[in-house]
Amino acid sequence: MNIHQPRGDVSGRTLAIVEELKGLEGPLLPIFHEIQHEFGYVPQDCLPVIARELNLSRAEVYGVFSFYHDFREHPAGRHVLKLCRAEACQSMGGDELAERAKRLLGIDFHETTPDGAVTLEPVYCLGLCSCAPSAMFDGEVHARVDADDLDALVSEARR
Amino acid sequence: MSLIHEIDYGTPASRSETMVTLTIDGREVTVPEGTSIMRAAMDAGIEVPKLCASDMMDAFGSCRLCLVEIKGRGGMPASCTTPVAPGLEVSTQTPRLKDVRRGVMELYISDHPLDCLTCAANGDCELQDMAGAVGLRDVRYGYEGENHVKARNNGDINAKWLPKDESNPYFTYDPAKCIVCSRCVRACEEVQGTFALTIGGRGFDSRVSAGMAEDFMSSECVSCGACVQACPTATLTEKSVIEIGQPEHSVVTTCAYCGVGCSFKAEMRGEELVRMVPWKDGQANRGHSCVKGRFAYGYSTHKDRILNPMIREKISDPWREVTWEEAYAHVAAEFRRIQYQYGRDSVGGITSSRCTNEETYLVQKLVRAGFGNNNVDTCARVCHSPTGYGLGQAFGTSAGTQNFDSVEFTDVAVIIGANPTDGHPVFGSRLKKRLREGAKLIVIDPRRTDIVRSPHVEASYHLPLKPGTNVAILTSIAHVIVTEGLANEAFIRERCDWSEYEDWASFVAEPYHSPEATEAYTGVPADLVRGAARLFATGGNGAIYYGLGVTEHSQGSTTVMAIANLAMVTGNIGRPGVGVNPLRGQNNVQGSCDMGSFPHELPGYRHVSDDATRETFEKLWGVEISSEPGLRIPNMLDAAVDGTFKGIYIQGEDILQSDPDTKHVAAGLAAMECVVVHDLFLNETANYAHVFLPGSTFLEKDGTFTNAERRINRVRKVMTPKNGYADWEVTQKLAQAMGMNWNYRHPSEIMDEIAATTPSFALVSYDYLEKMGSVQWPCNEKHPEGSPIMHVDGFVRGKGKFIRTEYVATDERTGPRFPLLLTTGRILSQYNVGAQTRRTDNVVWHAEDRLEIHPHDAEQRGIRDGDWIRLASRAGETTLRSLITDRVAPGVVYTTFHHPTTQANVITTDFSDWATNCPEYKVTAVQVMPSNGPSDWQQDYDEQARQSRRIAGKLEAAE
Repeated sequence: MNIHQPRGDVSGRTLAIVEELKGLEGPLLPIFHEIQHEFGYVPQDCLPVIARELNLSRAEVYGVFSFYHDFREHPAGRHVLKLCRAEACQSMGGDELAERAKRLLGIDFHETTPDGAVTLEPVYCLGLCSCAPSAMFDGEVHARVDADDLDALVSEARR
Repeated sequence: MSLIHEIDYGTPASRSETMVTLTIDGREVTVPEGTSIMRAAMDAGIEVPKLCASDMMDAFGSCRLCLVEIKGRGGMPASCTTPVAPGLEVSTQTPRLKDVRRGVMELYISDHPLDCLTCAANGDCELQDMAGAVGLRDVRYGYEGENHVKARNNGDINAKWLPKDESNPYFTYDPAKCIVCSRCVRACEEVQGTFALTIGGRGFDSRVSAGMAEDFMSSECVSCGACVQACPTATLTEKSVIEIGQPEHSVVTTCAYCGVGCSFKAEMRGEELVRMVPWKDGQANRGHSCVKGRFAYGYSTHKDRILNPMIREKISDPWREVTWEEAYAHVAAEFRRIQYQYGRDSVGGITSSRCTNEETYLVQKLVRAGFGNNNVDTCARVCHSPTGYGLGQAFGTSAGTQNFDSVEFTDVAVIIGANPTDGHPVFGSRLKKRLREGAKLIVIDPRRTDIVRSPHVEASYHLPLKPGTNVAILTSIAHVIVTEGLANEAFIRERCDWSEYEDWASFVAEPYHSPEATEAYTGVPADLVRGAARLFATGGNGAIYYGLGVTEHSQGSTTVMAIANLAMVTGNIGRPGVGVNPLRGQNNVQGSCDMGSFPHELPGYRHVSDDATRETFEKLWGVEISSEPGLRIPNMLDAAVDGTFKGIYIQGEDILQSDPDTKHVAAGLAAMECVVVHDLFLNETANYAHVFLPGSTFLEKDGTFTNAERRINRVRKVMTPKNGYADWEVTQKLAQAMGMNWNYRHPSEIMDEIAATTPSFALVSYDYLEKMGSVQWPCNEKHPEGSPIMHVDGFVRGKGKFIRTEYVATDERTGPRFPLLLTTGRILSQYNVGAQTRRTDNVVWHAEDRLEIHPHDAEQRGIRDGDWIRLASRAGETTLRSLITDRVAPGVVYTTFHHPTTQANVITTDFSDWATNCPEYKVTAVQVMPSNGPSDWQQDYDEQARQSRRIAGKLEAAE
């Protein structure tokens, strides 16, 4: 269950963000990034506001939003751990790493620990194939991740 | 008869004039530059397998089935996205292509249900066809594993499976059958222009989503049917096809709703209509449709239809069913008695804009030759009569100057007093398409209609004028054009009367016409008017489209002239992309005017006082025709109240609901001794009728309709009339009963008579229409193929005439008692008085009329959204529920008139256009206040209507 409430007035903040960015060429993605940065996720109430301001249909805005897995519909935990699930990392022990992470956190992919500390997500290629397996913790990439590294990341997240 | 299969070329035609020759499968093909290889192949009769391509929309290249090989080029490009080039050698079938295509199909089918035998699309499924075309014999992947097909996978709930969306009354969306080709999404965007659909998610999770993953009814979907038509599988399917099965034959006919005049294939099984599918060769609609023409035909079999003639002595009596013969004899005897007793001019007729040209022609012939007077009028009186008058004065013809295709060449579109996305939706879609291509838009309307701003469309200027100030605004625009030196002098010198222009120019240049001066009473900021004027004068091809917001005013005719002035002063006449385009309301309102439905005009707009014209008809009909114009509808009603007009034959029109000042109409009808209503239903007017003759629908008769672009389209009979007779047969029988020697065996013979007597129709015949598809009048020796664009080399009247347009405020003014201005309009899903659309599932979109009111005005009166309110004018009052919106400006309220229980016309006054008597529906001073429910008048009216619909020996007809 999502107990997080967006900070402040969603539609007012959305309007301000759209106003600031709508002059860009192809402003929709930058707006989503900014909204996710602002609220930690993209509240669905933002979408009709964006559509109205950019003179797009709600469907179009929803189509773009739902295409990118990086934009979340619900708030994440305080930390986000992403494990690369693409081919190179799989071949270098990514599968075991993923199982270990799930076991340590007691959750599956796309889930958040009950204490709201960590969200675990798969990611398909961080561009670090040459030093697989890789992970991303709160936006910072980690290469050649082994069991110890993972334990350290998880305990840091749990702190 | 068989089912018409239209060729799908896969991608739209190229407009290029440069031709390119290439070889496809050894055959040399020459096509315009920019054509896709897929289309070029189809041109040569070679069908490349495809799933995501359709010639209604741009190439997309996603299905990977239309791959071809090109000599000297690597890989296998998609033929839909690859344009032709000189000398290409293309192979559409090679061992490699065969393998790849089969592999692609295998993947599609691995996630598709295998219930073909019981599937609604069985017999009309492109996926099935393509599986056959590529020789798919096996699916090696099996059907286990992840899929969208099964509700349960090995006993577990399958989260990827979604149930059918049945929310739309006319079609279903079954996600289990979707192959995500995006055709529906693209049709919604490119053809309809609503952008209600998208593909949600990505990869294997991709699926068609209405709005933000809602059901179709909750989304912005307007139910135009373009997505259903585009779907290659059973994912989007008409409910009628699911219920009945696939059609076995089709007949091309013309929609009987608005003045766009869309061509449809009526797809039939026996005499049962399975579905209406827009016809790609239809030159008005080019394969598109709206919710009314596509789906709302259920009224034709509605239980309310009256199928037997009925008579009653007094309107307080219940109806008594009689034989046709009895009914004819009764009407003939009554009309003769009335004429004997009260004089020849005491009877008249009203022709219908819903009926065919041939039927209309017969009704006016019955009045002129049978009744011996000119007391014939039509509902165009209450809509576009000012168009006929104004354009006749300025240009010499009483019709629009363009075809609908013309909009594809327009650079600046001006919309005045029209709401095309609701009233003329197919034209609205075509206009929106052009606007997305970069054309500019100016909207002059008191209300912020959808076209002012909707996804991907935004007007450069919206001039939200106060209702009733059209002339002031248009003269102001002319003022800017003339005083800023933007007039097209070369055009004016060549085409128009120069001295008249000079006079007009000095008139509009007067300072009191400047936007700064008119701002005070139009309410439109001067800079907006100036900006709009400059854009229209300098933006390239400028086209003016207008509707009843122009004509239904006390200065309706003046406004039409002002529009003509603007087109002439900017040189926007006589070529594609420009012109003056009245958007006619009803399917055949143009035709009914052409056919001599006005009391002063014989067919072809020739005045009854013209001896030569009268002689033509007198000779043919063997009677003398009165040279005195007859009574207009309002005059007939006045005369009835005065006791001098006693009998009327009304074909397919509901004047009680559609004409202004309902109480006056009711009083007029009540004062008559024989009111004959010829209609599908016991309409509101029939509450005052003594004889009811059952009518037939457009599906039940042959004939022609003439649309807003003067296009004469064939209407073809697809089923036997439920009432037994087409309307033209009923009028003929009535005429025979009155002693006239009429013996038409088929409507084509009536058209032959029209062609023989009316110069602008000289070459029109059913054979010719069969050959040409349709023609736009004038169609005669000078224009044998008809006239898509008029006034090409010069105006019909000779020199274009500039006419001074002095703004005179209407007498209908706001004051302390009635401080708000009411204006009326319509909505997409309902049509006119709603007699038809209210008897279809379209009511799910609009079940009642609401009063739009600005939040500011609502708050002042303590009105909340959805509250019952009382709407009162000097003429009367009614009640309805409120809809609070800033679409209307403060001081302006708006409602539709589709429901008889609302009776918006109780409110409207009897002010009318100075030249044509067209009523001033669009401006009424009103007051609005909270209310508890229906007014006394509404309750009395309902009771009276209920009483008057009783039929002896039958249960009370439910409405």
